[in-house]
Amino acid sequence: MGTPAAVRVWERSLLQHRRVWRTSLLGSFLQPLLYLLGMGLGVGALVDGTTGSPELLGGVSYFAFIAPALLAASAMLVGSQDSLWALLDGFLWGNQYRAMTATPLRPTQVAAGLSLWHATRALLTVVGVAVVLTLFADTRTWGLLLAVPAGVLTGLAFALPITAWTATREGDISFPAIMRFAIIPMFLFAGVFFPIEQLPSALQPVAMLTPLWHGVELCRASVLGTLGAADAAVHVGALLVYVVGGWLLCRWAFTRRLAS
Amino acid sequence: MASAPLISARGLVKRFGGFTAVDGIDVEVHPGESFGFLGPNGAGKSSTMRMIGCVSPPTEGELSIFGLDPVRDGREIRSRLGVVPQQDQLDVELTVEENLVIYGRYFDIPRAECRRRAAELLDFVQLTERARSKVDPLSGGMKRRVTIARSLINEPSLLLLDEPTTGLDPQARHVLWDRLYRLKQRGVTLVLTTHYMDEAEQLCDRLVVMDQGRIVAEGSPRSLIAEYSTREVLELRYSPGTNEARAVPIADVGERQEVLPDRVLIYAHDGEAALHEVHERDAMPESSLVRRSSLEDVFLRLTGRTLVD
Amino acid sequence: MITGLASSALDLRRPHRMVERSVMVYRRGWMVIVSGFFEPLFFLLSIRIGFGALIGDIEVGGRTIGYAEFVAPALMAAAAMNGAIFDSTMNVFYKVKYSKLYDSVLATPMTTADVALGEIAWAMLRGLMYSVAFLLTMWALGMTGSAWVVLAVPVCVLIGFAFASIGMAVTSFMRSWSDFEYVPAVQVPLFLFSATFFPLSQYGSWGWVVQLSPLYHGVALVRGANLGEWSWTYLGHVAVLVGLAVVGLTITARRLRALLLS
Repeated sequence: MGTPAAVRVWERSLLQHRRVWRTSLLGSFLQPLLYLLGMGLGVGALVDGTTGSPELLGGVSYFAFIAPALLAASAMLVGSQDSLWALLDGFLWGNQYRAMTATPLRPTQVAAGLSLWHATRALLTVVGVAVVLTLFADTRTWGLLLAVPAGVLTGLAFALPITAWTATREGDISFPAIMRFAIIPMFLFAGVFFPIEQLPSALQPVAMLTPLWHGVELCRASVLGTLGAADAAVHVGALLVYVVGGWLLCRWAFTRRLAS
Repeated sequence: MASAPLISARGLVKRFGGFTAVDGIDVEVHPGESFGFLGPNGAGKSSTMRMIGCVSPPTEGELSIFGLDPVRDGREIRSRLGVVPQQDQLDVELTVEENLVIYGRYFDIPRAECRRRAAELLDFVQLTERARSKVDPLSGGMKRRVTIARSLINEPSLLLLDEPTTGLDPQARHVLWDRLYRLKQRGVTLVLTTHYMDEAEQLCDRLVVMDQGRIVAEGSPRSLIAEYSTREVLELRYSPGTNEARAVPIADVGERQEVLPDRVLIYAHDGEAALHEVHERDAMPESSLVRRSSLEDVFLRLTGRTLVD
Repeated sequence: MITGLASSALDLRRPHRMVERSVMVYRRGWMVIVSGFFEPLFFLLSIRIGFGALIGDIEVGGRTIGYAEFVAPALMAAAAMNGAIFDSTMNVFYKVKYSKLYDSVLATPMTTADVALGEIAWAMLRGLMYSVAFLLTMWALGMTGSAWVVLAVPVCVLIGFAFASIGMAVTSFMRSWSDFEYVPAVQVPLFLFSATFFPLSQYGSWGWVVQLSPLYHGVALVRGANLGEWSWTYLGHVAVLVGLAVVGLTITARRLRALLLS
């Protein structure tokens, strides 16, 4: 019976995105490459030259430690940015979402279409980083294929709950605080640049609750080939809690906002 | 008028690259006068206003405001001007009152004096109770009134208004006209652009009609109507697409005829008599209207086009 | 360029009014500024917790210092750059294209030079507050090396001045928001490769490329202040930053005139 409703919403986001694809492609390849060169190789040389560090990192080079984590971190950054200002624009200034529900589209279908778009963006981002990782011998493994869906799941674990939050907002006042007090601290402390075992012991459980930590662990273990079934189940399960919970909140928030 | 003109322009030209927006106009505005630039969008009204406001240097010709040169003495001239631009350009990050205060500070007016004047001006534009509100939630008419209050913070003797009521609803327009009329009574010289005939008739002592960068007529609203139109106008509507054909047999009714896409206009001293004549000739319209002549008719006569944008 | 600068300097009388406006705006938004103080705390803590254990002492210029002491001044300089770039690009673009703020300001006796310098001055003032907060955080976390480190504050203001001027000049050529996606493409490499996270010696024969980065010169100055060291080469670093600021400011004043007073 024709194209599903959510896919039609998704197509619109795609059309909108096509105008800026070149610069965003630049971002998704160049940024991780630069971070890999700067942090992975540059700082890596200092870390690897320090006695005792390899033990702290689980026996791998610093490059091999942070490179896979960038898959999850990039997905987080893109997923959260997309679901803050750009999304609020559709509710507030551009008002496209209300325009959509003036057609036979239901609010839930709009939410589904946007979620599908978030997944697409996460996929493009993660594949970009993965391609960069194949340039380096340390990370050129079949495990990358497993890390890609893990990265997408991480992206959604941020995009969906934040989308639900944005859908209830009338302004962007809270957005800088979300970046500053949630996203940036996770980026710095949730296991991307150093193992969370180095955090004060009281903070370790907090880090373990963040979706980023689960995403990072999943991607890292996939690429390094150390992923066990039990760990995988725990991490995927934790991410799914965020994704499914976020989706339910999205459905509720979109219906409340657009069905009036 | 014995007094020296506030604004004097001779052969004023503004070009943007190859495009000529203002094509050699001569204008004089005297103190206490209310002067209008009338014309469709793109006639060169706003470009002229920007030159007078000293934010756009003339390409050619002479221009003096308060007897000063806008290029050399721009700062001095601007300190004595009030400007109401086409778009409000209010500071959306500030409240209504703060908008007025900081604007006064740009003129180096002491802070306490700014606050005193702001309170007075907000009272004048009837927005005292919105003083602490942000600008964004205000209606279009309110924003316009804030902009006018803001333009008066330096107690200017010359107020430039670029399309003051475009986009406002009828009530908001009348409130605004009333306030501008009061300013005029206080002796403030008003210079405004408009593409509304009724606005020009309401507010202007004297006006120029502009078209494609040139002045095509000048005078008071009444003298322009007397010169370029008749006392009354008869409007006839026929079924769509038949105007041209139906106009032929009644071509000599009244003094002059104008065939527009949507109606046929007959200019006559006595509109009812002209309508009677039309009926006599069996050229029965679907509807008809006799009205007094307006500036719209003057414009139509001068340019052969209606004032639509 | 000299005449351009001279004529715009002549036209400069009340740039502080633009600062006054920003103060008015941020009186209500003080939370934004206060919460900005957490940023240095997070960054410095992650360096301390993360790299404190992973990286031992390193050798710079014949001296051996802890890694945190090496990175913290560089992060301070980089933060001054990032803040100035944000204030002078997106913020200014919004005011030129959307809120039309400058159009209404220029209808008053204010001039384009007042606007350009006033906005840059505000960006620097914010940078000053931020740098002081950064320094206090560094000191509280025991990452300062000498009392001379207070000189890092004026250095950071200079860094902010240079990048805000350049940022505004670049912004004056931007046509739409999507043009801003190229800004990180310049900013991120500057952040990562200005001898910020690892010493110049590590770049080997590519060291000269690093010296092309304006941030490198800022980092060298802040690092020197933290260590309490003096070298004549610092004059060169200062000259680079001052030169950038002057070039940026001149272009900006001219472009604003072309954009707003046509």
